[in-house]
Amino acid sequence: MKHLIPAALKAAALLVLAALPAAAFDGPTQTVTDATGRSVEIPADPARVFAAGPPAATLLYALKPQAMLGWVRAPKQADLPYLLPLTQALPELGRLTGKGDTLNLEVLLAARPDLIVDYGTVNATYRDLAERVQDQAQLPYVLIDGSLDAMPASIRAMAGVLGVAERGEALAAYAEDSFAKADALLATVPAAQRPKVYLARGPEGLETAGRGSINAEIIERMGAVNVAQSEGKGLLTVSAEQVQAWAPDVIITIDRDFAASVGNMPEWQGIPAVAQGRVYLAPSRPFGFIDSPPSVNRLIGLKWLAQKLYPAQAKGDLAAEVAGFYALFYGVTLDDAAVSALLGD
Amino acid sequence: MLAAGLALALLAGVMIGPFPMAPGQILRVLAGQGGEAQAATVLWNIRLPRVLAAALVGAALAGAGAAYQTVFRNPLVSPDILGVSAGAGFGAVLGILLGLPVLAIQALGFGMGLAVVALVLGLTLALRAGGQVLALVLCGIAIGALAGAGVSLVKLLADPDDQLPAITFWLMGSLAGIKRIDVALALPAILAGLLPLLLLRWRIGHLALPEDEARSLGVDTGRLRLLVILAATLVTAAAVSISGVIGWVGLMVPHMARLVTGPRFDRLLPATLLLGAGFLVLVDTAARSVALTEVPLGILTAVIGAPVFLALLLRRARGWAE
Repeated sequence: MKHLIPAALKAAALLVLAALPAAAFDGPTQTVTDATGRSVEIPADPARVFAAGPPAATLLYALKPQAMLGWVRAPKQADLPYLLPLTQALPELGRLTGKGDTLNLEVLLAARPDLIVDYGTVNATYRDLAERVQDQAQLPYVLIDGSLDAMPASIRAMAGVLGVAERGEALAAYAEDSFAKADALLATVPAAQRPKVYLARGPEGLETAGRGSINAEIIERMGAVNVAQSEGKGLLTVSAEQVQAWAPDVIITIDRDFAASVGNMPEWQGIPAVAQGRVYLAPSRPFGFIDSPPSVNRLIGLKWLAQKLYPAQAKGDLAAEVAGFYALFYGVTLDDAAVSALLGD
Repeated sequence: MLAAGLALALLAGVMIGPFPMAPGQILRVLAGQGGEAQAATVLWNIRLPRVLAAALVGAALAGAGAAYQTVFRNPLVSPDILGVSAGAGFGAVLGILLGLPVLAIQALGFGMGLAVVALVLGLTLALRAGGQVLALVLCGIAIGALAGAGVSLVKLLADPDDQLPAITFWLMGSLAGIKRIDVALALPAILAGLLPLLLLRWRIGHLALPEDEARSLGVDTGRLRLLVILAATLVTAAAVSISGVIGWVGLMVPHMARLVTGPRFDRLLPATLLLGAGFLVLVDTAARSVALTEVPLGILTAVIGAPVFLALLLRRARGWAE
């Protein structure tokens, strides 16, 4: 009896160990440390990668579209001309992180991924989520820091994970160059000439994102003053009266309906941005220029913002910049007509 | 006294707001004596419609609450007992999901709120329980839960970057986006519902009596109850369709009014209307003034309403118990 219990425990332990797949990759593997400090063993050249949320999907698309298993949200019809053909028909698999999982783990496993990547907020919740999914699905799960300032480093990190270091270097260099150009431009604009900006969302334009929110981050990065202050980081509602009181010089919107109707809405009249025609609709295809998702797509948003916020100081040909960015990051060649359709001029 | 209170609340609502204006300037603009164009835009297009909408919605929700409480002979009833808020919420979020224009979203909310109550009434008739309070309430709970499930489904299907925040804000209730046209469209429906309630308020009071007593007074309880339910539903659906879901007003304000007037419906209803209007105008003034960004009304009314309601319970509000 005395010997029986340890023996039974030993047998049980052996059984459990045998049930664990011992890094079930056929080819060579590498071990990476992700943004949460977790050490994860992954295939050296993962061919089937699942992106956990929209920001990761956009980064994965830019770095290694041939490894995509699906979209978090399927692209809309109007997005398709701006996407590589091989990704256009990929299925919508749902999201794994953030508010409300819409992905069934069995669906995920049925897609036979080698690797799950996420690109976004790094905190205890997401670290724990990565651990849990990794345990439950027995798939390596790598989380990369999604903050704007860390973007060049994060692109390199993700490229290393995906086994496309060279392509990652090209994109990261572009990101570094974009930030450097933004800083150089800002150095020529005194603080007094920086516009007050209101970010309008929703058909009424009354949803916004405050300072420090990831949804409005690049407005501050481009040196403008976001008029909306808030303690929280999420979206907020305001009234037209509050916008009148803020008197923004520029309104950036991501809502087509609002951009079309703001000129006729009596409660928006008299606001400097409306009076001077400085209401700009951010392009959104295939990915938004301001956010949606907050990923590498914001790099071209920085250049677009520079032209809209500082028309006197910003130099360069925006159409050529856009065509160059879409060729490098999205792998699509846009002719002049496609660029003007995108920019809406 | 209550009317004076409402007048003061309206004055506060017109005077206070995030756009800085001196009282003299406001009065000049209101009197049509010129003033700044910007101030005129803010007052005529933003602040006045909003204060008016707050008064209308507050009166509508509170009045409907008092009517429902009397008809169901239950002080815990609020205007959404038959699922009208849940239905209107479902209609509106469906409109947001479909990307409809704002007026169409409001119309869908209004229509769906009415449709849910029509369904509840139809169901109780089909169950041969027409007019029976318990059957009505149970059907209301069931259909309301269905509409709630519909809201959850729409949230799941909505674009998380764009539509989901709009849906969330709508469900928390706000008057931030009110325009003149919204007030103009909701006003007839609200008046059409409140007018019969006001005109018949003596008779409606008899509905609070036990069934046979009311009948012996010559009241056709079944038909009158149906009429009150229809009128109160119309009023609630119209209010919710422009303001989003605002809880507590319909439950709490009638109780506050009862402290002033006692339980008789003919006195209770006018007091409830005035008190509800003034209450929501004040709460909405706070909603746009306490922070730089809007505080959703549903949150404020709950934060104010729950403690007040509990205090009333603790005082064993003599208003209701005979």
